Amino acid sequence: MIRPTDLTMAEARAALAARSLSARELTQAYLDAIAALNPRLNAYIAVTAEAALAQAAQSDARIAAGTARPLEGIPLGIKDLFCTAGVRTTAGSRILGEFKPPYESTVSGNLLRDGAVFLGKLNLDEFAMGSSNATSAFGPVENPWSRANDAETKLVPGGSSGGSAAAVAARIALGATATDTGGSIRQPAAFCGVAGIKPTYGRCSRWGIVAFASSLDQAGPIARDVRDNAIMLRSMAGFDAKDSTSANMPVPDFEAAVTRGVKGLRIGIPREYRVDGMPAEIEALWQQGIAWLRDAGATIVDVSLPHTKYALPTYYIVAPAEASSNLARYDGVRFGARVPGEDLADLYERTRAAGFGAEVKRRILIGTYVLSAGYYDAYYLKAQQVRALIKRDFDLAWEHCDALLTPATPSAAFGLDEKNDDPVAMYLNDVFTVTANLAGLPGMAVPAGLDAQGLPLGLQVVGKHFDEETVFAVSGAVERAAGFTATPRLIA
Amino acid sequence: MSVDADTVKRIARLARIHVEPEALPAMAQELNGILNWIEMLREVDTTGVQPMAGGGAAVLRWRDDVVTDGAQAEAVLANAPDREGEYFGVPKVVE
Repeated sequence: MIRPTDLTMAEARAALAARSLSARELTQAYLDAIAALNPRLNAYIAVTAEAALAQAAQSDARIAAGTARPLEGIPLGIKDLFCTAGVRTTAGSRILGEFKPPYESTVSGNLLRDGAVFLGKLNLDEFAMGSSNATSAFGPVENPWSRANDAETKLVPGGSSGGSAAAVAARIALGATATDTGGSIRQPAAFCGVAGIKPTYGRCSRWGIVAFASSLDQAGPIARDVRDNAIMLRSMAGFDAKDSTSANMPVPDFEAAVTRGVKGLRIGIPREYRVDGMPAEIEALWQQGIAWLRDAGATIVDVSLPHTKYALPTYYIVAPAEASSNLARYDGVRFGARVPGEDLADLYERTRAAGFGAEVKRRILIGTYVLSAGYYDAYYLKAQQVRALIKRDFDLAWEHCDALLTPATPSAAFGLDEKNDDPVAMYLNDVFTVTANLAGLPGMAVPAGLDAQGLPLGLQVVGKHFDEETVFAVSGAVERAAGFTATPRLIA
Repeated sequence: MSVDADTVKRIARLARIHVEPEALPAMAQELNGILNWIEMLREVDTTGVQPMAGGGAAVLRWRDDVVTDGAQAEAVLANAPDREGEYFGVPKVVE
């Protein structure tokens, strides 16, 4: 028997429209699944069951009245970086205290406008800074996958959108919002065997999303397959006057692009993405992906992105610099937690010492240092110049190809205790994803195979600015060829 | 370039984060690990390269210089840790 949580978003949408399933039944099935699995996975920081059921009842009324909206009755989880009106928003940090935003973020508001049901707020690395979800003040998230011969070792779901990816993989959310500053949608999606797209910078409004690094942050979906991502992104995206970097561009029908195929497309394979120490299985999967696309009618082109190896160091100047500025607002005065001090400066310093975790402090200090007098030119200005060269690498590559195919991550999911002592080793997780953020390009992670230990591995498709349609077309072709149907050990 | 405990103390002060003195050396070591790694950017020739400041279009949109919102004191103060009337409450600043 097919249970409601087995349905993809496209299938659930059809079942709701055909009235073979009610929105209340669907939402209740997800709430039951959350109650069963979340105590172990810790993917949700908060579950808003009552509100979800009320929204679902409204959706049923709309469907009955023939006024259903595009996402009517679809139960989603919301990364707890999106401000949700009247619902506590934490950014995975203690410093926000009991903060309840009086407003709704534009992206989550767009989803509500289109009829989505919100199940709750999803766990994440503190202020979206991390690649394992281990920096959350609300505890780590467990990856629902585990190694074939080792059910005991708990693996990380990736980060920072670890709660989003784990919830979708375990089927305790039908889809989830996420954000990506250096790989925070694509790396956890790959670690959890689900799909996720970081759209072009400017495609989704950043308004109402807790800011990390404003020139890199971009919202996107994580969902079970490529089509479900296309369905969600169409609702999430769109021009917003409240974000000065929001692009005033029409939102295409992404879903139509998923089945477009790759015949005649030129797919670039960047030679610099072969990194030292990359497992042979990932290289093999990449070669497999290349063969799939060639068989589907694409032309494979070797391209060079010579500044690739400088992308992560560039990111670890630019992102902390922007973060140190953005996080200056958490001072214990206007909202969030406060620790009293002898005077105002002491209040600031003690509030921030108690409220921020170790990784967030580390990045604020790095950012403050690279922006400080005497070091600005050597670090920050230099990084902005290298960023321009990284973007130029892509501009030149697009003269020879329409999209790029790369691995999504340099490894499969690792154990919760395996990479904690060395920050730089953790940062290397984003080696394949961070370039798209620096250049502002859309990138999608698609599950494509399993490693020898039975863990999912993903491929990444990167496209030109505002050409998510080609990204969806290529990702759809990879997905159809891969036929990825494996499911994790922990699943609703 | 590398940082010592005194530099970390100065940066922490600039960033308004209290750090206990005994934690400074370990923090300096951690930051040096990251700073030594990002030093590799020095080998890139960036002569004459225009720095890239934003993530999107080079030119930001203009808007009319008009009031679009306001008179929402209660919503603004709703999350305040301390308030006095329509003001945020803080320790005495001026003696």
